[in-house]
Amino acid sequence: MDFVNAIILLLNYIFIPALTYGSQLALGAIFVTLIYGILRFANFATGDMMSFGTMATILFTWYFQSLGVSLGVLPTALLAIPFGIIFMILYMLLIDKFVFKYYRHQKSPPVQFAMVSIGVMFVTQAVVRIIIGPADRRFFDGEKFIIKAREFKEMTGLNEGLALKSTQVITIFVTIVLVSLLFWFLNRTKTGKSMKAYSDNEDLALLSGIDPKKIVLVTWIIAGILATIGGALYGLDKSFKPFTYFNNMLPIFAAAIVGGIGNPFGAFLGGYVIAFSEILLTYAYKKFFMYVLPASMEPEGLVQLLSTDYKFAVSFSILVIVLLYRPSGIFKGKVL
Amino acid sequence: MMVLILLVGIFQSWNIALSIFNLCLISAVMTMGANIQWGYAGLINFGIMGYTALGGLAAVLISVDPVQEAWRAGGFDILMALWLIVVMVLVIRFILKRFEKSKIRTYSIAAIIISGILLIRFSAEPGIEAIEAVDPAKTGFLGGFGLPIVFSWIVGALFAGGLAFIVGKVALGLRADYLAIATLLISEIVIAIIKHEDWLTRGVKNVIGLKRPAPYEVDLQTTDWFIKLVEKFNSGKLSVIENLADRQAALNQLVIEGSSVFVKLCYSGLFLVVVIILLILTQKALYSPWGRMMRAIRDNEEAANAMGKNVVKQHLLIFILGSAIVGIAGAMLVTQDGLFTPGSYRPMRYTFLIWVMVIVGGSGNNFGAILGGFVVWFLWIEAAPISLFLINFFTAGIPETNALKAHLIESVPYFRFLLMGLGLLFIMRYRPKGILPEKIEIK
Repeated sequence: MDFVNAIILLLNYIFIPALTYGSQLALGAIFVTLIYGILRFANFATGDMMSFGTMATILFTWYFQSLGVSLGVLPTALLAIPFGIIFMILYMLLIDKFVFKYYRHQKSPPVQFAMVSIGVMFVTQAVVRIIIGPADRRFFDGEKFIIKAREFKEMTGLNEGLALKSTQVITIFVTIVLVSLLFWFLNRTKTGKSMKAYSDNEDLALLSGIDPKKIVLVTWIIAGILATIGGALYGLDKSFKPFTYFNNMLPIFAAAIVGGIGNPFGAFLGGYVIAFSEILLTYAYKKFFMYVLPASMEPEGLVQLLSTDYKFAVSFSILVIVLLYRPSGIFKGKVL
Repeated sequence: MMVLILLVGIFQSWNIALSIFNLCLISAVMTMGANIQWGYAGLINFGIMGYTALGGLAAVLISVDPVQEAWRAGGFDILMALWLIVVMVLVIRFILKRFEKSKIRTYSIAAIIISGILLIRFSAEPGIEAIEAVDPAKTGFLGGFGLPIVFSWIVGALFAGGLAFIVGKVALGLRADYLAIATLLISEIVIAIIKHEDWLTRGVKNVIGLKRPAPYEVDLQTTDWFIKLVEKFNSGKLSVIENLADRQAALNQLVIEGSSVFVKLCYSGLFLVVVIILLILTQKALYSPWGRMMRAIRDNEEAANAMGKNVVKQHLLIFILGSAIVGIAGAMLVTQDGLFTPGSYRPMRYTFLIWVMVIVGGSGNNFGAILGGFVVWFLWIEAAPISLFLINFFTAGIPETNALKAHLIESVPYFRFLLMGLGLLFIMRYRPKGILPEKIEIK
């Protein structure tokens, strides 16, 4: 019985939260990696673009709520996400037209692109804050829990409860669907293959008649979908605050590089690597050992490897280690 | 630029003008540091925030009086932990030197690091807890050395340079945009450590009331010569007032205002000295054979390497130098504020804004860096009043109660981001070399 309790404890506090957080990071990391692989620059506006998409989703959610439209037990935001995506894509294409296109034609070095993306970051941040303000916003409605901790305890008679939030299930489900669609698109369709070809060797791809304009357009559309959904899921699960989104850019970068930048599948797994290591290393295992070990061997302290304050530091340290020993990432992206 | 600051002095107040001026000077120092790395050598460093915070930490460690009780409570444990770290580094160095590169070596080094960290964590924990328990509302940390705070400017440079040495050894081999990401993340790690190691820095509880190199306002207000000075400056204004009591009250008011202006002027003088010294040194370096070599490395690494220049070593050197200058600026900033707040170090303000200054001012040109620091900081501060004025101007016909107008006026503080972003984008597009581009005269 104690053993089952211990498993439930780990599921409740480590596995499910890490899987959710990892999915959110993974979507962002694929976004970074696609931009890096095809448009060839590190996009420092990642976090703020995600917050823009989320903002559009929130505005539509409010609009639907004021109309009285809802999805019952599901959050209204799911209905608003497609409209948010359209806005996000329009915004990205606008920025591409006025900012990035010029440098692409100039064939500027990646550093210059990175600098320009910082300008975009400032502007996007301003736009988001001017439109919706810097405050913390929750836009979740509908049923909050699928399984409540207390009900689970009553049902099974265990000491440990297992709480399953509906946002967690939605996040994981949507991520699986979206990512499988994306990989199907990249590997099976003609456009997806030509995108891969363009990313591998630009000149050869141009020679074989691939239209670069179309590639760029499709890339931004996919990026818009990923950014909005990733951002909205994070906002639904936690809350929306422009500053946190800016900060989330850092673990997202870490995930993309750890997975091997330019490699979408690596980025997908990288998100989970980062999320699991952050949570595994900062969780206090005291209760777990209390269940597993006999009473005489009970640990005194919290048995925590690192204090939770160092959550971000963990992912960055992993990144530094990966950069040192395997600069192309765990799953072989572009060689640096 | 000076005219603009003078205008602020006349229209808003001399106090505001001087505090903008002081921060402009500090920003100029930071920008010079970043400019050395980017403009001279083409190294991209997004870790400016980390070096600034280390400079600030130096200011705390140098100037605060040591907390004897905390030292007694946990000083031994901390010293033991430090000693363990030194031993660990020495052992790793020994292994690296002694054994050939192999998988076993890599794994054993990793094992040493992990077990060392665990050992240090568990051995230092009681000491740390004891230190943090010493009067936590006031101290709860080890304190510093109780020296004059101006020394910390040098120590801040040393700290930042030391960190840059480690970071440079680790990360300089990376390609430019990865270097940017790596330095950004490392600076976040530094901030995380400063924020959460309370025994060293008091963490988010902040350190306040640091010593000053300039006199205190309260003391000045009771000093005879200062009151006489203020009286002399304002004799025209004062003589108009007939009533003696009124005149005294007016004088008191002027003394209070004058004292804070005087203190800020003292800081300005100190900062100005630093900026001028740094400017002379960097200009000399730029036109020296060493500066020529750096430019050669920046423009064509392979060619410079072929000419027998040690690119890796020079990159590391310039990375350390630039970071050290940023460290000085960090210490100056804390000196001027008189308090150290680890929570306030955010990448937006301390990394990306400085980069806007470098790009806008003109990379590779020291005067450009200073100009960039002044212009961008001035706009950053004055963006809110300017945009408020513009909003009011364009919406003059719309009544105050209009929702859109009210919303816009409410979000005035965020127009500074818009201004910075647009400024950066326009400069990058139409004047990619900055306002004052790099000019190299060959004599």
